Amino acid sequence: MEQAAHLVPLNWYLFLSTFLFCIGVMGVLFRRNAIIILMCIELMLNSVNLLLVAFSAYSGNSDGQVFVFFIMVVAAAEVAVGLALLISIYRNIGSTDIDVLNKLKW
Amino acid sequence: MSQLLFFTLSAMTILSALVVVFTRKPMYSVLSLIVCFFTIAGHYILLNAQFLAITHVIVYAGAIMVLFLFTVMLLNLNADSDVPKSGKLRIAATITAGMLFITLLASIKSTTLGEFAFPPASDKGLVQHVGQQLFTDYLLPFEISSILFLSAMIGAVVLAKKEKH
Amino acid sequence: MTFLGLMIPLLPLMGFLVNGLLGKYLPKGSTGWIGSLSVLASFICVLMIFKDLGAAQAIQIDVFNWISFGNIDISFGLWIDSLTMVMLMVVTGVGFLIHLYSIGYMHGDEGFTRFFTYLNLFIFFMLLLVMGSNYLMMFIGWEGVGLCSYLLIGFWFKNEAYNDAAQKAFVMNRIGDLGFLLGMFFILFHFGTLDIQAVEGLAPGLSADSTLLIGITLLLFVGAIGKSAQLPLYTWLPDAMAGPTPVSALIHAATMVTAGIYMIVRSNVLFAMAPTTLTVILWIGVATSVFAAVIGLKQNDIKKVLAYSTVSQLGLMFAALGLGAFSSGVFHLVTHAFFKALLFLGAGSVIHALHGEQDIRNMGGLKKLIPVTYLTFILAALAISGFPLLSGFFSKDEILAHAFEQNKLVWIILFISSLLTAFYMFRLVFLTFFNSFRGTEETKHHIHESPWTMTLPLIILCVLSVIGGLIGLPYVFNVSHLLGTYLSAVTEPSASLIHHGEKLSHSLEIGLMTLAGLAAIGMILYARRKYITLKAIPEADSAITGIPKLIYHKFYVDEIYESWIVKPVFKMSEWFGTFFDKQVVDRVVNATAGVMESGGKTLRLFQTGNTGFYVFAMVIGMVVLFIIRLLI
Repeated sequence: MEQAAHLVPLNWYLFLSTFLFCIGVMGVLFRRNAIIILMCIELMLNSVNLLLVAFSAYSGNSDGQVFVFFIMVVAAAEVAVGLALLISIYRNIGSTDIDVLNKLKW
Repeated sequence: MSQLLFFTLSAMTILSALVVVFTRKPMYSVLSLIVCFFTIAGHYILLNAQFLAITHVIVYAGAIMVLFLFTVMLLNLNADSDVPKSGKLRIAATITAGMLFITLLASIKSTTLGEFAFPPASDKGLVQHVGQQLFTDYLLPFEISSILFLSAMIGAVVLAKKEKH
Repeated sequence: MTFLGLMIPLLPLMGFLVNGLLGKYLPKGSTGWIGSLSVLASFICVLMIFKDLGAAQAIQIDVFNWISFGNIDISFGLWIDSLTMVMLMVVTGVGFLIHLYSIGYMHGDEGFTRFFTYLNLFIFFMLLLVMGSNYLMMFIGWEGVGLCSYLLIGFWFKNEAYNDAAQKAFVMNRIGDLGFLLGMFFILFHFGTLDIQAVEGLAPGLSADSTLLIGITLLLFVGAIGKSAQLPLYTWLPDAMAGPTPVSALIHAATMVTAGIYMIVRSNVLFAMAPTTLTVILWIGVATSVFAAVIGLKQNDIKKVLAYSTVSQLGLMFAALGLGAFSSGVFHLVTHAFFKALLFLGAGSVIHALHGEQDIRNMGGLKKLIPVTYLTFILAALAISGFPLLSGFFSKDEILAHAFEQNKLVWIILFISSLLTAFYMFRLVFLTFFNSFRGTEETKHHIHESPWTMTLPLIILCVLSVIGGLIGLPYVFNVSHLLGTYLSAVTEPSASLIHHGEKLSHSLEIGLMTLAGLAAIGMILYARRKYITLKAIPEADSAITGIPKLIYHKFYVDEIYESWIVKPVFKMSEWFGTFFDKQVVDRVVNATAGVMESGGKTLRLFQTGNTGFYVFAMVIGMVVLFIIRLLI
């Protein structure tokens, strides 16, 4: 298993990560429910994490993994605050549909 | 052998991701995202990043997704509350995402990856190594992330508190 | 000596800054002393350099390299040689005396500090003008003194007529400046440099009297016409008498108006290479000299007589330059500075004593009442008339001798002009100081001699006017011409190019001098007979008829300019204001605004407020950026 990495070329990880990212983007554009959108954002973050770890393993540099660690930290904090915001919006408006939130204009 | 593992895990990741995006029931979305995270943890183990794999499971699948579940149950979301976007917008969304994918692929194609040593050092993902890096080179961000959590906690509590009338 | 050289213009500049910025916090009256002492300090620096600098030496101070593009380098530089020293001594020396005088004259005026601020600024610019090492530096000084002249003529700005006079001076100067500027452009284009010494060195290389040289020198001379009030751009000088008398003395007698002459002497090689221009200068100078003298015969304002006298004497100086006698022109410039400044300051003393009266028909009998003013004034009048052995006698005669050598007709006309000068100057003296007082009893009661700050400069200038001729004694007296030899390093290069006439013999020259001296005395006696013995008084304005009326109204030149030039320009500007501005310019501006507005309306459609749309736009933007990154 120690040599598992070199049998799987790095390119494949690149494609996988890109595909996951694009699925996340499509999810953000596709759905109207704010919670699902937040989850798709998490998906995007994770695709990036995957790519970073892949590069880190292939170059023997553990900086990538430390970076992933910090991305996780930020993602956690962001989800906490984001969901809190969502709940407070739900209390005021009564739905989580983002099309209802259209006041951000002059 | 490892290639087989890779393909299986990738297939499960992509499948669960698609379910997250396309299913109409929010609960199924959340659950399939959890499956997605587990498969990604499997990828991490394949890449010998053991510390990260465990952390990933604990933090994401254990904490973040639980938060999502709680919120979904709190807001009592079900299939009726999910109104889909109009057909034109969906087509536009698909096309945009597709364009992004193609552009990214083209970018990847036009770059050349550097040479990587075979076999890669396999002990870089172990806890000792990552821990060493965290506590020597990256000490400052490590400490600051605790302050970040503190502010996030305070923010979340303040925002989600019920207002007293 | 470089330090001293830099201090010379810096000291008046510092005086200007102190008076200008801190003037209102300083005690009243001290600003006058600050202004005067800064000029005095500058004068002392000049003297210290004079002690050490030989006649053929020069100092070049390049403060910094100002403009350089391509092959052209113009530095902010100063150049001090013998000609500069002469000008510096006149400017700072006479300038200091006039500053001192102003302390007494402007006492009690509410703009006292402002006056000295402007005066110091003027001295600074004038010093830049005479010390500039290239034409651009000279032009800075040229423009600067024009500005200060405007500020000082319109000093009592609450009076509309004075403001008009100041504007007239400035505009006419500007017309001349355009010529100067064009001349400078041509010099830069053809010689590749504006450095005066370099141009003087390159000029002999061109063919003499070529169209290029004639063009350049004529354009430079146009600048001199404007600045030094020659025909046809002289009408601003009599009107400039609206300013306070020290201003008239400093700017319009001793320094600014001599800038044109300095410029031509400084570029003597350039002008000597274009004899056609020299002929033009000669005839314009001659014509101006006699024209102004004729007008001066009939003027009744004490300052206007002196103004026309200045124009006439400047014409004489330009005639000298036209004859190629550059050092003679400078000699007359120096002596004229002495006695004309003295005449103006004396007139100011008279006006001060009579509390603002300027019409000589209301004066008279002041001889015993203001003796110091009278004595200095009459000595200055004798000097300007060419009374034997005073300074004006020697300087005028030198010019007349050169004229006799080259062109007898010129000599005749200049001789007539000198006769007229003697006559109208003494008409002025006799009407002002002799017989009995013709004004009101009230005014007579208040007549008193001026304070020491005003009379001391008068006395000093009087001494200089009397002995000033010593620097230019003619060689027929078997002494060396001090000024000529001192300036020879500057005038020598052109001397060989000038076509001098046959040199006069000793006896002929002495004969001419005697003739001029006797003629001057004769005119003085004639004026005495008319105004003292026969007690003639000029008529009131309404009673003048015939040719005297034509002369009194200055040959209606101002009115001609008004109808031929000023009115059409006003009409054109009116047309521009009503038609062009409203129909064309306004439409363009409004259309631009309209385009912006509709553009804004279109862009506003992007702000729908819909969060989903914003995310969509973000992703599209990202895709576009990636594509651009790929393609470039």
